[in-house]
Amino acid sequence: MQRIVIFGANSAIAGACARLWVAQGNSLFLIGRDSAKLEGLLADLHVRGAPDQCIEGVSVDLNNFNRHEELFAHAETAMGGIDIVLIAHGSLPNQQACEHSVDIALEEIRTNALSVISLLTLAANRLEARGSGVIATISSVAGDRGRQSNYVYGAAKGMVTLFMQGLRNRLANKGVAVVTIKPGFVDTPMTSQFEKKGALWAQPETIAAGIVRAIEQRRNVVYLTWIWRWIMLIIRHIPEAIFKRLSL
Amino acid sequence: MHSWNRYPVVAHAHILDVEHRQAPLPVNNTSLLAFGNGRSYGDVCLNEGGTLLRTRRLDRFIHFDRKTGLLACESGVLLKDILDMAVPQGWFLPVTPGTRFVTVGGAIANDVHGKNHHVQGSFGHHVRKLELLRTNGERKQCSSSENTAWFQATVGGLGLTGLITWAELQLMPVANPFMVTESKRFSSLDAFWDMNEEAESRWPYAVAWIDCVAMGRRQGRGIIMLGQHAPVQDKLPALKEGEKRFPLDPPFSLVNQLSLHAFNTLYYYRPLRRGVGLSHYVPYFYPLDGMLDWNRMYGRKGFFQYQCVMPPEASQEGIRNLLAIIAKSGAGSFLAVLKTFGSKPALGMLSFPRPGATLALDFPNQGERTLRLFRELDAVVRETGGALYPAKDARMSGEMFQSGFPQWKEFSKFIDPQFSSSFWLRVTE
Repeated sequence: MQRIVIFGANSAIAGACARLWVAQGNSLFLIGRDSAKLEGLLADLHVRGAPDQCIEGVSVDLNNFNRHEELFAHAETAMGGIDIVLIAHGSLPNQQACEHSVDIALEEIRTNALSVISLLTLAANRLEARGSGVIATISSVAGDRGRQSNYVYGAAKGMVTLFMQGLRNRLANKGVAVVTIKPGFVDTPMTSQFEKKGALWAQPETIAAGIVRAIEQRRNVVYLTWIWRWIMLIIRHIPEAIFKRLSL
Repeated sequence: MHSWNRYPVVAHAHILDVEHRQAPLPVNNTSLLAFGNGRSYGDVCLNEGGTLLRTRRLDRFIHFDRKTGLLACESGVLLKDILDMAVPQGWFLPVTPGTRFVTVGGAIANDVHGKNHHVQGSFGHHVRKLELLRTNGERKQCSSSENTAWFQATVGGLGLTGLITWAELQLMPVANPFMVTESKRFSSLDAFWDMNEEAESRWPYAVAWIDCVAMGRRQGRGIIMLGQHAPVQDKLPALKEGEKRFPLDPPFSLVNQLSLHAFNTLYYYRPLRRGVGLSHYVPYFYPLDGMLDWNRMYGRKGFFQYQCVMPPEASQEGIRNLLAIIAKSGAGSFLAVLKTFGSKPALGMLSFPRPGATLALDFPNQGERTLRLFRELDAVVRETGGALYPAKDARMSGEMFQSGFPQWKEFSKFIDPQFSSSFWLRVTE
């Protein structure tokens, strides 16, 4: 039995992870912004879980950084400790809006990068002190290279990826695994503006199964689905002189 | 977009996901229709030129009372999800169709039935309550005591009365996931009727496989498959899990006269276990679910399913006539199923199950040839005062529908002004 905290539990991918973990008999503490959605998710998990299983949560906007510390304390009290932290919240910004408004661009960076870094710092210190556990974060393939179509989102995810890399290095000898998840295209409400056709689009349940497995195996960096490792390998190796002219 | 039988293929103006059950219905200038998991056959879940509202994201359980078996869940939950959750806790669906991959909303909208109709009636009989979201924003709680007429219109209402957002279902208790089963061969239709009548008085589940190519003295030969939920066991057998997937779209249907004759003869003579045996509920209820995408077997042109019901007094002669026409045509498929419905009156205005016998067969789509055969079968069914199953239909005429569902005019008053379907336009215009 693992004690798991999920930030951004209302996201489709995180919700699917929660279902898998509940079925395994784990304890869960969920944090989501929309309270009605979170209540719906908790009710669903209660039906799926055993009657005495610990499945709790609170609704908080994670852009309130000063509440982060109390969330960890709350989760520890509810479950009697924390073994796994999954950070899954985020937003998919409108790139054009970010180009026209500094405020919007910075707000997106705040949501997708700074709030994650705040949570990662707190999680790392707690698990490091304990000498065990796993910290996993949903970054993105978009963070592997800046592209004109969504570089604000990409920059935020890139920051998260780099921060995780350093954290992994710091905690490598402290018993704490740091898992960077890089999903490609996922058919979720966040991507409702896209035409979702073709083999590259994956269902959130598929991504969730990959995340649960990656955490079990204490992997370092995981592309989901696997094909994205090779796609991004190519994308990362296109010379900048050529890349800057591509419409990507 | 198409449904399970891959015919017809229809274009929609919009295909939208319903993100959560509190969400309002989308407003655009086209008509709306809910689309669950696409396991009906034909166009009952399609809306050409309009908007499809995909409900698979409405996949949450809301509440389950482990003591009484009362389950509240959203309409996009699959029957498989319910079984996976409830069976380990000693509860089972009181009515289940031949696949677990249908949504609760679809099961209600088509008022689906199972092998135990003679005992439990149809799916609608076990719906305690449902919420209907109308395009004017109204949310109606419907049950047999509240908004009763709306309830009767929505159960079996083909998704036309609005969007079913959630429902409350009464599950039934079981001791374990296993079934006590028995299979018996019968050599003719006459033998079937006798065997079936006797069996239905003792077994809650009864259905027969029919060799649809057999003619003459062998006409209507087949195997009756009986079952009941197993009582408490000291030791339970192990279950071999595993799914296969039909891997490709063959250029032509693999189901043809040659393969059909060979298969049916082998299947009829397959060794049957003597007496009763124990079987896990998954292979017992859902033999086809073990082969994912089996619908591809019929090739790109897809297939039809023909399912009719005929009233008790006319069903013996009716079934005999249908089988004679089918055997003569040489069409048909492995899947030919015969069952009698019980006398429990259906709840829904447009519910298909009614007292009598129901015959269901798959046919590869051979174009006009197949449609001509169906018109011949229609004439027999209509003569007896029978009906065709809308959930399995892609081609029946308006007359055929209206004669089988005389309440259709009364029903149409309950249709949401913004909702429509390809099926409905086809059979009412």
